[in-house]
Amino acid sequence: MIWQFDIIILTLVIICGIAAISVRDLLGASILFGAYSFMMCLLWAVMGAVDVAFTEASVGAGVSTVFFVAAVFRTSRSSKD
Amino acid sequence: MKSIALTSVALLCAVLIYSTMGFPAWGDSDSPASTHVSDYYIENAVNDTAVPNLVTAVLADYRGYDTLFETTVVLIAGLACFFLLRRFKPRQPQHRLYRHIDTGITLIIEQGGKEPTDSEEFVRIDSRWVPYDLVIQQASCLVIPFLQLFALYVIAHGHHSPGGGFQGGVIFGATIILMAIANDLRSAARRVSERLGALMASAGVLIYAGIGALCILLGGSFLDYSALSKLFAFTPVMARSHGILGVEIGVAVAVSAVMIWIYYNLASAGRHEEGL
Repeated sequence: MIWQFDIIILTLVIICGIAAISVRDLLGASILFGAYSFMMCLLWAVMGAVDVAFTEASVGAGVSTVFFVAAVFRTSRSSKD
Repeated sequence: MKSIALTSVALLCAVLIYSTMGFPAWGDSDSPASTHVSDYYIENAVNDTAVPNLVTAVLADYRGYDTLFETTVVLIAGLACFFLLRRFKPRQPQHRLYRHIDTGITLIIEQGGKEPTDSEEFVRIDSRWVPYDLVIQQASCLVIPFLQLFALYVIAHGHHSPGGGFQGGVIFGATIILMAIANDLRSAARRVSERLGALMASAGVLIYAGIGALCILLGGSFLDYSALSKLFAFTPVMARSHGILGVEIGVAVAVSAVMIWIYYNLASAGRHEEGL
């Protein structure tokens, strides 16, 4: 585990997490959530848990982002807030 | 009100960060998680199951119950999406759009009108239709076979490298989802229909539980794959290895079908007519 990589990835994880809950655009939030998952995948890979990293990349960054985008596509803009 | 919420969240964060100081160090061999059974797995997994990837050996053999019920949870997630979202009644003023391929003229056909369903010259399009990009369609046609081959490789090679049923199944499901995004939902549903998806999702869990039940019939305990050596001409060690492959295939079938099924229900808001 290289600590410089660790610091960079952890910072990006926190930035992606905060950005995902603070942007007002739902599509942007789902893409940021995908980026968050991808950073977590890198973190698992750096720590040597390659199987978990593989699952995170395929499920977290891949399919769940597509599910979020599909759900956003079917969401109407009628809410007031 | 907002300041109270912020203060409580900040306090909770401080408590959580303080409590992480009690965690064992990364890779500590004296931590509680690695003192009880980890040594046994590391020393004996290859001799017991002939599987070099310890994660696969623990996931599918030593902790077989855990993975069986994880697969059941995935099936239940697919069923929950189906029961929550699926609507069988078509939307009420219903009209369909057909596009003449050569000229680009679009016809709106009201309910009850004659639809050119079997025509070679007309193609049905979604109401939010945008001109399909030829590059995206052809590029996805090119990569989908290789992605599916890679998914099968990940499933079959889980014994020796990272991967296995869950990852390979998700990649396989994602190829069908890619087909649905690059073309339209109906062309993907012609390949993998909703009925086939539901059948495959149930069949995958049945394969896993069936292999476990077969072990009981052959005199072992549930999910004790070494009992399979009585049925086939394997040594008990190789029987465990092949039993792991069998349940990984069951997991992959269930997971890929559930991913496709959830996508169909989400992207078309349960009507399976027009999608993303």
